[in-house]
Amino acid sequence: MPPIIEIKNLGKKYNITHQQGGYIALRDVITNVFKNPFRFAKSKAKQIAGLEKKEIFWALNDINLTVESGEVVGIIGRNGAGKSTLLKILSQITPPTTGEVIINGTLGSLLEVGTGFHPELSGRENIMLNGAILGMSKKEIIKKFDAIVEFAGIAKFLDTPVKYYSSGMYVRLAFSVAAHLEPDILLVDEVLAVGDAEFQKKCLGKMGEITKKEGRTILFVSHNMEAIQRLCEKCILLENGIIATTGITEDVVKTYTSSFNNQELGEWINKGDEFKNDYFKPEKFFITKDEKNNLFVNIEAEVKKIVSGLTVGYAIYSEDNILLYWSYQTDTSEDEWPIIKNGKCFLKSKIPAEILNNGIFRIQLLGGLHHKEWLFPPNKFYPMLTINLSRNFSKSPYWTEKRPGLLAPKIKWTN
Amino acid sequence: MKTVIKPKKTFSWNDIRELWQYRELMYFFTWRDLKVRYKQTAVGVAWAIFQPFITMIVFSIFFGKLAKMPSDGIPYPIFVYVGLLIWQFFSGALSETSNCLISNQSIVTKVYFPRLILPISSVLTKMVDFFVASIILIGMMVYYHFTPHLIGLLILPILLVITFLASVGGGLFLASINVKYRDVRYILPYFIQILMFLTPVIYPSSIAGKYSWILAINPMTGVLKAARAAILGTTPINWELLFISLVMTIIIFTIGLISFKKTERYFADII
Repeated sequence: MPPIIEIKNLGKKYNITHQQGGYIALRDVITNVFKNPFRFAKSKAKQIAGLEKKEIFWALNDINLTVESGEVVGIIGRNGAGKSTLLKILSQITPPTTGEVIINGTLGSLLEVGTGFHPELSGRENIMLNGAILGMSKKEIIKKFDAIVEFAGIAKFLDTPVKYYSSGMYVRLAFSVAAHLEPDILLVDEVLAVGDAEFQKKCLGKMGEITKKEGRTILFVSHNMEAIQRLCEKCILLENGIIATTGITEDVVKTYTSSFNNQELGEWINKGDEFKNDYFKPEKFFITKDEKNNLFVNIEAEVKKIVSGLTVGYAIYSEDNILLYWSYQTDTSEDEWPIIKNGKCFLKSKIPAEILNNGIFRIQLLGGLHHKEWLFPPNKFYPMLTINLSRNFSKSPYWTEKRPGLLAPKIKWTN
Repeated sequence: MKTVIKPKKTFSWNDIRELWQYRELMYFFTWRDLKVRYKQTAVGVAWAIFQPFITMIVFSIFFGKLAKMPSDGIPYPIFVYVGLLIWQFFSGALSETSNCLISNQSIVTKVYFPRLILPISSVLTKMVDFFVASIILIGMMVYYHFTPHLIGLLILPILLVITFLASVGGGLFLASINVKYRDVRYILPYFIQILMFLTPVIYPSSIAGKYSWILAINPMTGVLKAARAAILGTTPINWELLFISLVMTIIIFTIGLISFKKTERYFADII
């Protein structure tokens, strides 16, 4: 029997254009042609001749992989490693640049729960619609309708428009439809990050049941190592668009987590003209540690023009991409702000590690002119550093191990 | 079932088979659009009737009564209503089709299905409106004592097919540039409004005299003229003009389909 998925030399290239605002207006294109017909002709000619210098980014590069029928494969890796791109190519949402994929069977993808849910429609109507979007036939949906409603536990609200649902109900309904999909191959991306802990458990249980009983093939992307270890026997570690390791889940997960421990403290250096603007050009963004093991965020920059309202700082995210907080150099009262003057500038801030739980956190450069414009908006193209926190929690005999939660503040109690 | 995913995919007959496989999804999208629209407006289904009806009354007063617009000897209200009915189907379908990728962005970037389903289902939605609004026309025909002749009724489906193809074709082309250039959607309503005055909706094409052939380039000219001839039976059907419409429609549809197909696979990347 041939493998159910065969991936050969797969690659995906993106051209990064540092377009302002991220969208192109036809109006601007037309005005440019009329304003500078020469320059337009020149750049067009360059484009055609292939001389134009473009920033190229290979989201995936030379991926080779075969998946046998009935395997459950976990895909792990840091943000931007290419996990989601891989699933998008497999589900035919975006085409690859090189290579090919042969799929022997039907494929269902679950890149998001509740794709196509319409707030105005009732739960009943959304089950039909979402089922159809995910690739079920009308007959199939009708057959499974009762099971879907029961699993979601929303029978009472079936005829209420979903805009009145609580977010928990919404997610339960959405996942329930997806859980009743029956393709040969199921692609799952990070969808378990939503919903409460108990429902997550139920979903994991359901997924485990599907694979064990019905022998379905699943590709599962997650940041949740526990879920990966529970569901998958085989695992792939992606790093910068290439497969770093494949093998038994336990080993791969170990390689992945230890890569954080051995790693030096994160650092980002401006390679030239990245994030150019008129005011504040970041040169270096890095984490340091002092002798007491306190962690600091450091920003080195070149200040070109002093402007009021300049706020620079960072955003911190958990491993599952949940935003914890933003912090700016201007958060305190004005007389306490660090000085920003023309030329080289250095900003430093202590990470309040004593309130964070152990685990992996991501720190991203953030900045802008207050209420006017972003210089470095919180999106994925901006410098991001990863830190792995491990601290001793307390001298208390009853708090020695990691507890659940993103935060682990030590709070004093009194009578 | 075997699927091969490759960098380049050219048009093949498989695409049509695939469309057929996904016909249920097409039905669901149409059903969703109708349901949502009629849920949101308080007047419900009546809205589909209300809109052309009120427009007809306003136009009849201002263009028919006050401006004394000629109407080839047909009572102006029914003359303009036939025009409005088909025009609103065409323009509605054109604008919905042009926006179908943007308005379904969250689905397009998460799930695979043949993208052509979206424009087709938006036009089907508008077609339902068209049939609902036709009820008024039947009432008006009874009121003004018009009986359509048999050939007239037989030709109506052809007119609908031409309108369907012209709006999908134009819409497909606009949809693919709409994805790339986001200001297109702001220009579009204006463009469609101008187009209405270039189409003999509120005036007969005979008004242009010897230059009326220029109007014939617009495929809707032939359709509207033939529809009036067929339903009201006052003038013979101008087959020559209808043929020009058909040829223009096929050209528009081919250009639209090619440009849509060429960019289709990259929508998720640029949207």
